[in-house]
Amino acid sequence: MTLVLPPYAKALGIEAEIDDAGRLILSMDYGQHVMGRPGFLHGGAIAGLLEIAAIASVRQRLSEDDSPQIKPITVTTDFMRGGRDRRTYSTGVISRLGKRLANVESFAWQEDEERPIAAARMNLLLARS
Amino acid sequence: MDEQERAREAMAGMKFDPKLFVETIAPHSHNGLIGTQYVDHGDDWIELAFDYDETLVGDPETGILASGPIVSLCDMASGASIWLKAKRFAPAVTIDLRVDYLRPANVGARVTARMTCYRTTRSVAFVRGGAHDGDPDKPIAQVAGTFMFIKADE
Repeated sequence: MTLVLPPYAKALGIEAEIDDAGRLILSMDYGQHVMGRPGFLHGGAIAGLLEIAAIASVRQRLSEDDSPQIKPITVTTDFMRGGRDRRTYSTGVISRLGKRLANVESFAWQEDEERPIAAARMNLLLARS
Repeated sequence: MDEQERAREAMAGMKFDPKLFVETIAPHSHNGLIGTQYVDHGDDWIELAFDYDETLVGDPETGILASGPIVSLCDMASGASIWLKAKRFAPAVTIDLRVDYLRPANVGARVTARMTCYRTTRSVAFVRGGAHDGDPDKPIAQVAGTFMFIKADE
């Protein structure tokens, strides 16, 4: 699968890989460019990672000859734990993929996927010309 | 220096100057990546902005900005609006932030966010606001969020 991440994902330092279960996992290293208060991730950087994970999960699910424009309509981000100064992972879980709308939840974690640092619920409009 | 003097100095240090905060502290963080700039503030609100930059694009085909930087700007403005309302720097963490994207920002346009802290309790601060790309009457995003005050060492 060839997944092209947007320039903003590159600016955040996000990398993509497929895990053993076939899930698309994004990862983001800690650095000053994603720091909020010293030693912690910026909420905006976490939200950015979650949004990119949600959109990328939809791109991965769509067939190769189907590439609608994906427009975020709403996003609600819950911040559950402080993001510390280490690598952060994220993946999107598609609740429903329709013709015009995708409902996606994405999660971000650091050491333990069972202990997410944040989650986002996104509603994405799929625009086909 | 006696204890009272030290206390006064510490309290003076806690006074929140949003312009100074954005222009000195923010560049050495995620806000530096976005290019966050101070615009204006009042008793319980602040306006911050960033200029369009190709590194912030979400869709290379159209050049439309990613939504992430807009969330980052609103998150940063939310924190500052809370400290203005509280009249001091009080560490707070985001509980949740809801963003409605009303339309994409025009390619090349500067994005301005204005967030207002309309209520604080002992533990929680409530914010609302939005972002526009030149005309405040034609917003690109509507935002609502809640934050929780924390102890400095938490």
